[in-house]
Amino acid sequence: MNERTSSRLDLALWGILGIAMMAALYLALVDAPRERTMGDLQRIFYFHVAAAIAGLTAFGVNFAASVAYVARRERKWDRVALCAAETGVAFLAIVLVTGPIWAKPVWMVWWTWSPRLTSSLVLCLLYVAYLLVRRYLEDPDRRAMIAAVFGIVAFVDAPLVWFSIRWWRDIHPSPMLESGGIDPAMRPAFWACLAAFELLLVYLLRRRCALEALEEELERLGRLAE
Amino acid sequence: MRRLWAVFRKDLAIELRTKDSLNTMLFFGIVVLVVFHFALRSGEVEARAAAPGVLWVAFAFAGTLGLNRMFAAEKENGCLEGLMMMPADRGVLYLGKMLAGTVFMLAAEAVIFVASLVFFNLEVWGELPWLALVFFVGTLGFTAVGTLLAAVAVNTRMREVLLPVILFPVVLPVLIHAVEATALVLGGADRGELKLPLAVLSVFTVVFGTIAYLLFEHVLED
Repeated sequence: MNERTSSRLDLALWGILGIAMMAALYLALVDAPRERTMGDLQRIFYFHVAAAIAGLTAFGVNFAASVAYVARRERKWDRVALCAAETGVAFLAIVLVTGPIWAKPVWMVWWTWSPRLTSSLVLCLLYVAYLLVRRYLEDPDRRAMIAAVFGIVAFVDAPLVWFSIRWWRDIHPSPMLESGGIDPAMRPAFWACLAAFELLLVYLLRRRCALEALEEELERLGRLAE
Repeated sequence: MRRLWAVFRKDLAIELRTKDSLNTMLFFGIVVLVVFHFALRSGEVEARAAAPGVLWVAFAFAGTLGLNRMFAAEKENGCLEGLMMMPADRGVLYLGKMLAGTVFMLAAEAVIFVASLVFFNLEVWGELPWLALVFFVGTLGFTAVGTLLAAVAVNTRMREVLLPVILFPVVLPVLIHAVEATALVLGGADRGELKLPLAVLSVFTVVFGTIAYLLFEHVLED
């Protein structure tokens, strides 16, 4: 059983992830220069943005797996979709927590209805809705199919949400990534954090999928035993 | 096409006999208007500014009720199985239901709108055709995805309770553009400015109409 829950690849990933995280922490907290106006506070940016991108990646994985399930109807795609949605919501939670922490001292408010914030929140709600739909469906095959349909709808909706909010509600200056980019001295920290969070995503996805497979097996065995 | 018409007429006939959900939609919409009046603690001026948003919230709530009812009734009576035996693509079933839902919603909207004229003291005679257009296009967007998600919700253990939770985040772009378009009309803005929101609403309808048309059978299948 041990073989299946934790493969050699997972162990290797765990090791690399640990190193990457340490490197990212060092680069973001020590190596990167202090920002001129925001001071050390700006360092939250590296984790905030990396988590956001990792979350978006996870939702992309959810979409791909949903499409694959509708096309192929193979169990594993449903597992991947579920795990990707859960992991994505977890990353989005990091974004929605670090965002206000950063915003309060800089913008003087915890929350503003700027396009980015609003879209992240709506995205989070969309995938919480996805998880809710799953929770209230009993039959595994029905659940997989209906969830896949909702996953596709949610992912197609995301860009529409983003543009809708942006067209009508854009009152804030465009963030630094668009206007001129980040200072070269800050780039190593940014890329390291991004890489570390994407690795974390891959690792979490793999482990969560393995766990889900075990749970399905347990359920199946439970039914056999009855 | 004939089958689409049959599904549409069936839903219409049921509703016209009982008028259950239409009545509920109407009165709920009006209740929402009243509740908002107090929630906003509005004087005359603010009420006018808030009218587009309040109207669409009322429409969306009423629409959610209507869509839920449309599928819940089928589920309770086991009619969905019967409908699925219809010798046609399941997508046709979706289109019929969506059209029926749109008609109910528009009917409810007309009455809620008249009530809002009184409550919010609006004078809009000149803008009526434009408002009608905005309501029509916005409602199509709402039902395009709403019909699909109502079918999703009715299949879950939570049944109707789940629909608003899963529908509102998805339908947010429709609400945003519909509210802005309504505000443009009521504010007497240049009609050319309506192009963008109406175009986005139409794109939304076409995109989700297509997705729903293609995927509806997977939601229904047992």
